[in-house]
Amino acid sequence: MTHALTRRQAILGAATSGSLLFAGGNAGAQQKPAELKVGICTFLSGSASVFGVPAKQAAEMLFEEINKAGGIGGVPVRPYFVDEAPGTDHLVGEYRRLVQNEGVHIIFAAISSGSCLACTPLSDEMKKTTLLWDCGTQRIFEEGNHPYAFRTQGYGAPEVLAPLLYLLKHKPDFRSLAVINQDYAWGRDSWEMWKAGMDALKPGVRVVAELFPRLGATDYSTEVTRLLASRPDVILSTSWGGDLVTFVRQASERRLFERSTFVLPVAEASLQMLGRTMAAGHVIGARGDHWNNHPRPKDPARLAKFVADYRARFNEYPIYPCHHMAQAISAMQAGFAKAIAAKGGGWPNDEELANAFRGLTFDTPTSSITLREDGQGLEDQIVGLSTFTDRFPFAVPKDMVIFPAAMVSTPVGQKSVEWMKTLKPDILAQMPAAIAG
Amino acid sequence: MNRPLEAGLAVLGAAALVLVAWAAPWLKFVLTLALAKGIAVLGILLLLRAGQVSFGHAMFLATGAYTVAFLAPEMPEALLLLPLGALFGTALGLVVGLFVARYRDIFFGMLNLALSMVLYSLLEKLYALTKGTDGIRVAGLTFAGAQPAREIQEWIMFALALGLALGFGLLVRAYLGSPMGQALAGIKTRETRLEFMGVPARRVLLFAYVLSACMGGTAGALVAMTSRHVTPQLAYWTSSGELVFIAILGGAGSALGPFLGAVAFELVRVYAAAQVADAWQMILGGVLLAVILFAPGGVWGILAARFKARA
Repeated sequence: MTHALTRRQAILGAATSGSLLFAGGNAGAQQKPAELKVGICTFLSGSASVFGVPAKQAAEMLFEEINKAGGIGGVPVRPYFVDEAPGTDHLVGEYRRLVQNEGVHIIFAAISSGSCLACTPLSDEMKKTTLLWDCGTQRIFEEGNHPYAFRTQGYGAPEVLAPLLYLLKHKPDFRSLAVINQDYAWGRDSWEMWKAGMDALKPGVRVVAELFPRLGATDYSTEVTRLLASRPDVILSTSWGGDLVTFVRQASERRLFERSTFVLPVAEASLQMLGRTMAAGHVIGARGDHWNNHPRPKDPARLAKFVADYRARFNEYPIYPCHHMAQAISAMQAGFAKAIAAKGGGWPNDEELANAFRGLTFDTPTSSITLREDGQGLEDQIVGLSTFTDRFPFAVPKDMVIFPAAMVSTPVGQKSVEWMKTLKPDILAQMPAAIAG
Repeated sequence: MNRPLEAGLAVLGAAALVLVAWAAPWLKFVLTLALAKGIAVLGILLLLRAGQVSFGHAMFLATGAYTVAFLAPEMPEALLLLPLGALFGTALGLVVGLFVARYRDIFFGMLNLALSMVLYSLLEKLYALTKGTDGIRVAGLTFAGAQPAREIQEWIMFALALGLALGFGLLVRAYLGSPMGQALAGIKTRETRLEFMGVPARRVLLFAYVLSACMGGTAGALVAMTSRHVTPQLAYWTSSGELVFIAILGGAGSALGPFLGAVAFELVRVYAAAQVADAWQMILGGVLLAVILFAPGGVWGILAARFKARA
C-alpha cells in the first residue's frame, strides 16, 4: 500500500510540476501567450452568492464578447473562477494556485473585504496585478501601499458620504436617527464613517437606536418593534442581499416606511427581488452610478446593450456587482492596451502591466473611471429617491444627484473616518443639482 | 500494526510531502495548512479515544491564531510566537477543561460547541480590538531575527509544520501507549471500572483535553503564520466540524490518521474547487459519505486492512 500511496502522490507531483512548465516565468522577453488567463475570486456559494453568481454570469458574457471581437491584443481571454466562500485561508491558497499553477496574468479579487485584505499583500509578494473588483473596505489603500493592486470601483467612504449628503439636502431638518446594520465589518465600518460625517455636518442629531442584527438573520421583529417605538426621523441601513430583502419586507408589513425616512446605500441589488414591496420616497444608493435608469450615461448605446444582453441571457436586470465586474473587465482591456502600446506591440510582463494601471482612465457603460495614484478608482455615485415608473417592475431612483467621485472620496493619504470628521457644511453647496430622472 | 511499519510509513509520507511541495510550489502552502490542521485533529483523536467528540475544538486553533495576530506587531519573532500560541491554547484548554471534563458524550460535545461560539462572537463583536469579520493581517514575521524572502519563508513554515507534526505524532504515540493513554480507552468502555481501579477518570480526561488544546493552539499559530490573515471564521462551528470531519476521514486508529485525513481533505477540496468551482461542497460531502459507508476506519483503516491482508 505504501507503493500505491507514493505512486499516487508521484503522479500528482508529476502532473502539477508538468503543468508548471507551461506557466512560464517573468524573466526575459515576453512571448505573447496562447490565452490571457484571468483568475476571478467571487462568491459561488453562501449568502453573498446573490452578488457573486450574477457577477460571474456578467463576466462569462463579457469574456465571450471580447473573444468574439478578437480577444485582448489578439489573445483570447479565459476566466478561472474561484469560490471565496470557504474563508480566507482557502482563498489565499487558491490565489497561489492561480498564480503558480494556472499561470494567470491578472487576478480579480474579491467581493468580501476580508478576502481583499488577505489577497492584496499577496499581490505585492507575488508581483501579480490584482484588480479589486467589488470589495469596499477603506482599509486597503489607507493602511498600506500596494503597487500591484488597483480598485476599479468606488469604496466605503464615497458610498456612505453620498447618501449622507443627499439626506442632508433632501431632509435637512431631521433630528433623530436609528441605524440597523449587519453585524460584521462593513456594517460597523459604514456606521462609524456615517456617524463621523453626520456629527461634523449636522451636530446634535440624536441616535435613538444602534442595532446590529446577525449577518444572515431571518427575523427582524424585535428590531422593527424597537424602531417603531423609538420613532426615529431617519433609519439608516447599509445591509445588503437577502438580509435587506427580509428586513424591508418585515418593516413594510408593519408600516415602518410610513413613519421614518429610510436611507439604504446598498439597496440597488435587492430592489428587483423586492419589487413593489419597496416603498417610494426613500433614499437609495447603488455603490456607484450604474442605475438602469441612469439619467445621462456616457455611452447610452453601450449601457442599453449591456442591460439588454444580460436580460436576454439570464432573464433579469444586471445588478451592481455585474457592473463592477464590467468595470474591472473594461479596466483590464484598457490596461493591457496601454501596456502593449507602451511596449510597441510587445507583450507586457507583470511589472509593466501594473505600471500601465497607475493613473489609467477607462470607460464604463455609464461614465469613465480614473485610478488615482494610490490605486483607488474614482467612481461617481448616484443617489436618489425610490419611485416606480412604467419602465421597470421594481423601484428606481428619481431626483438623482450625480456626486463626482473626487468630491466624496477621501483624499489620498488620509484615513476616511478622520477625514469625515473634518467635513464642513459648505460641502453641501458643492452638490450638483438633482436630475428628475 | 507493528511499530516499524508505522514509523516507516510516517517517514515515507513525510518524504512524499516534501517531494510534492518541491514539485508544486503552490501545494506547499496547502500542505502546510493540512499539516497544521492535522496537529489540531491529533488532539481531537485523543478525545475520540475516550469516546468523546469535541464540536468546539476550533476555539483553541483560533486562540493560537489570534495570539500570533495580536502579538506579531510588537514581537514578530515566529520562533517565540509559536510556543506562545501553544501556551495560550493550553491555558484556555485548562480553564475550559476543568469545566467540560465533568461531562460526557453529547453534553461534552455541545458544551465545547457553545464555548467556541462564545469565542467566535467575542472575536466578531469586539470590533475595536479584533477588526471584526475582516480580520487581522499578520505581517512581517522574523525567523531567529532574520526576515527571509517569501519563498524561503514558505519552506521554513512547511518545515516547522512537518517537524511539529512528527514531534506531536511521536508524543501522542508514546502517550497513548502509557497507562494514562490506556485509561482513555477505559473511559470509553466503562468509566466506573476505571474508578474502581483507583484511576480518577476526570483527571485522565482533563490531561488529554489540555494536551489536545495545546496541539490546537500550536496548529492555530501555524495557520496564522502561514495564511498570514486571521478571521473569526477560524472559531466558527463549521471550522470545528471540519476538524471532526478530518478525524473521521483519516481514521482514529493511529497517530498517522489525522495527517492522512488532513492531507486528503485539503487536496480533495483544492482539486474539487479547481475542477468545479460551483459544486466543490458536493464532492467533499460525497467523499465523507463514501468514507462513512464504505470505510468506517477512514484512510488509515484502508491502509491498515491492506497491511493485515498482506501480512
